[in-house]
Amino acid sequence: MAKEITWTRNAAGRMVPSEINGEPVIPYQGVGKYAPTGHKHGPPIPSCRDYPPDGNKRVASLKEALVKAGLRDGMTISTHHHFRNGDYLANMIFDIAHELGVKDLRWFPSASFPCHEHLIPYLEDGTIHHIEGSMNGPLGRFASEGKMKGTGVLRSHGGRYQAVQDGEVHIDIAVIGAACADPFGNANGLYGPSATGLLGFALADSQYADRVIVVTDNMVPFPCVPWQIQGNYVDYTVEVDKLGDPEKIISGTTRITRSPDRLYLAELTARFCEVTGIIREGFSFQTGAGGTSLAVGEYFREIMKKKGIKARFARGGSNKYLVSMLEEGLVEYILDGQTFDLEGVRSMAENPNHVWTSPFTSYNYHGKGNFAGMVDVVILGATEVDVQFNANVVTHSDGYLLHGIGGWQNCLFSKTVILPIPLFRDRIPVVVDEVTTLCGPGELIDVIVTERGIAINPRRKDLIEKVKGSDLPVKSIEQLKEEAEKICGKPRKAAFTDKVIAAIKWVDGTVIDVVRQVKKDER
Amino acid sequence: MKDTVKLISSVGNDGSKVRSDCQITLQIKDSGGLVVDLTSKVKSMYGDRMEALTREVLTFFGIPHAEVRIIDSGSLDFVLAARLEAAVKKIHPGEKREYLPEMLPDNEYSSQRDAFRFSRLYLPGNTPALMLNAGIHKPDGIILDLEDSVAPDKKEEARYLVRNALRQVNFYGAERMVRINPLPTGLDDLAAVIPHNVHMILVPKAEDPADLRLIDETIRKTLKEHDLEQEVFLMPIIETALGVERAYDLATAVPSVVAMAIGLEDLTADLGVARTAEGTETFYARTRLVNACKAAGIQPIDSVFSDVSDMEGLEANALRSRALGFEGMGCIHPRQIRVIRKAFSPTPEEIEKAARIMEAFREAREKGLGVVALGSKMIDPPVVKRAERIMRLAEETGSLPGKD
Repeated sequence: MAKEITWTRNAAGRMVPSEINGEPVIPYQGVGKYAPTGHKHGPPIPSCRDYPPDGNKRVASLKEALVKAGLRDGMTISTHHHFRNGDYLANMIFDIAHELGVKDLRWFPSASFPCHEHLIPYLEDGTIHHIEGSMNGPLGRFASEGKMKGTGVLRSHGGRYQAVQDGEVHIDIAVIGAACADPFGNANGLYGPSATGLLGFALADSQYADRVIVVTDNMVPFPCVPWQIQGNYVDYTVEVDKLGDPEKIISGTTRITRSPDRLYLAELTARFCEVTGIIREGFSFQTGAGGTSLAVGEYFREIMKKKGIKARFARGGSNKYLVSMLEEGLVEYILDGQTFDLEGVRSMAENPNHVWTSPFTSYNYHGKGNFAGMVDVVILGATEVDVQFNANVVTHSDGYLLHGIGGWQNCLFSKTVILPIPLFRDRIPVVVDEVTTLCGPGELIDVIVTERGIAINPRRKDLIEKVKGSDLPVKSIEQLKEEAEKICGKPRKAAFTDKVIAAIKWVDGTVIDVVRQVKKDER
Repeated sequence: MKDTVKLISSVGNDGSKVRSDCQITLQIKDSGGLVVDLTSKVKSMYGDRMEALTREVLTFFGIPHAEVRIIDSGSLDFVLAARLEAAVKKIHPGEKREYLPEMLPDNEYSSQRDAFRFSRLYLPGNTPALMLNAGIHKPDGIILDLEDSVAPDKKEEARYLVRNALRQVNFYGAERMVRINPLPTGLDDLAAVIPHNVHMILVPKAEDPADLRLIDETIRKTLKEHDLEQEVFLMPIIETALGVERAYDLATAVPSVVAMAIGLEDLTADLGVARTAEGTETFYARTRLVNACKAAGIQPIDSVFSDVSDMEGLEANALRSRALGFEGMGCIHPRQIRVIRKAFSPTPEEIEKAARIMEAFREAREKGLGVVALGSKMIDPPVVKRAERIMRLAEETGSLPGKD
């Protein structure tokens, strides 16, 4: 047995353990406080003599590729979420691992989706030891009930890149699903039945993993261009029938919410940006693909058109609404992190101003800067926000882990961070005393927009000054919390056991909080 | 005890799309105390509180032994209490006591005869999820509907829900309206809702002035019984050919009638014609209604526009309504509110006139004059009030000159 785990209170006031899965971890020290030292992690030196001189790295099956890559107990296998809820690949990999009787794998996805519920039997039988990556829906519920053998580790997209670069996570085998690839391993997400736009989430894995397998359902003769993934990093290429269910990989068309309450939130958010002058000539913005975020973009469009304003760039996931802003000249560049619909895929393939990015350019902590801080305003969601403006995106107030972090933590470094959120959802207050799980420190969160009022972080005296005299319903965050409690009642805190089921990493690799096993109601 | 009475009842709503509601199955027993079986995703947060409320309500109604099964989708206390009361009264129809949640002090505001009624948002009376945020969208009025949007077997439970919503849901200043059922059911509706600061009663399928007089009388009687002194206005809805022919008699049936609406869905059915977007088939009915209202000095209100995704059609419809003399429309979706308000909001000329009246009023007040005059014309206090409201609305709807 290893030495006893000790607990310390980190800089955010959260109790965190000295180790996770037997590895020592560093407690969160504050925003920008942790200074890593040493050198980046390096994969073994490959040489051309070990690869086919004609560049044809094709093997007959995924199973053969995995065997050749040396799949064995205890390895770390990475996958990527470009196929979202339509992904077949991760499920195929662990079907094979199970068939081969391999145990104790660490699965290192850039995100998981409800379609990966298929893997629960493998978590139960020990094929997979634990997941380091988002755990959405069924997998999160499984982990929250304390059923996963190891402890989950949740990182942001930037934090995942950081963990790969500094060697915190050593990837044994990276399996990269690509909509289009050649036998050498050059790959992109642009063309074919499983088109996803880009492959940015697999970039670090291609460069740092010991072994890299590219799997495609659209093998083209060399060269596959553009090579978003460079074949020079790739060990094996495999052609399969189908990488995923196209209908679920990408929505044919994204739709703006029709919920009047969400539209109201979106409009109020856009008006806030108008009143405070955030929307001005040459500004930049990032909105997510959630219904409310999409709607914020549409209200931005109205304001920009009315005032004759152009944005220099929009960052984040692309969709048909953003593409039409690009094509109408309202936005000069889209710096795309993931493509949410077919219009986004089309635009990226044909418009040089629709640029694909990766977590390295946008979010990574071990770079010489990144794009996140250059964005004027970012619109994000949250499951809970507390009176210190701290926010939670991974657990619900009942304690269950149900979402991943995505790029959320990284985006907090934007110049203004706005969270449009309902004050409560089906009796669950969203503005609370203290968040169940801390994912983002309040010092980085500037504005909370709810249907019953807008709260501005007292640190943002400039914004407070700018809304003076406007008709925006500005309130204090405490007022909002009280209003939520007045309507819903004061909720009882979720009850947990002592068992830690997941660690939440900050963007620099330190532990900002942990998630514990939910205590089942005995009544 | 009552061996012939059915001792089990089921009320409320459950289903994948149901939110902020609950379904209750109540079985009254001879012994065993109160057994509460709660299924809810907010159980860990509010389970204790919901169980305590359940016990309190059943104890209030003198039920010591029962099994209560609650399937909850995030119901607030006032919803749960209304459902429990409905479950009890379904078993004991003679039960006259009422379990009333606290009246929010925010809900004690009043309305006025000449309040603007541009947009009134219909809220199905048995669907709590749609009530909670209704006021956020700033309709001029909200209508808690007990009539067409409530299934016949849900009429009674909707009554308790609407009553509790009137006490517990903050509609943020919207005029508080209830659409009752046609008589005689409507009289039971009145008894349930009138004591809870209802500003206006909408009377569907109005054809007979005598009905309006009976409703008015019932309201007065109910208010008196509860020691309340307030005015409750009536808005008859004309939905039949006979109603159209009697428009003026209905408009003048009792002084509490301050507005009259037309319901085109039922009217076109009664006329045996198809309803079109242009509305030629109901042109006579609508102009007849407008004329009757103007003659009676009350507000004519147009029908709802039923395609909630067609905002352009809605706008065209609202502008046509206004041109015919209507002073408002019903809304069946919050997104319609803004379009309608914009279409009915004051024109630049009205705003200019209101601004001059307000200026004259301020001047008179500064000089300590009791009478306000604009040029040689005396201005009555209601006119000043209306001018003030126009200015506020102009501000609110962004119609003030110099904006944009």
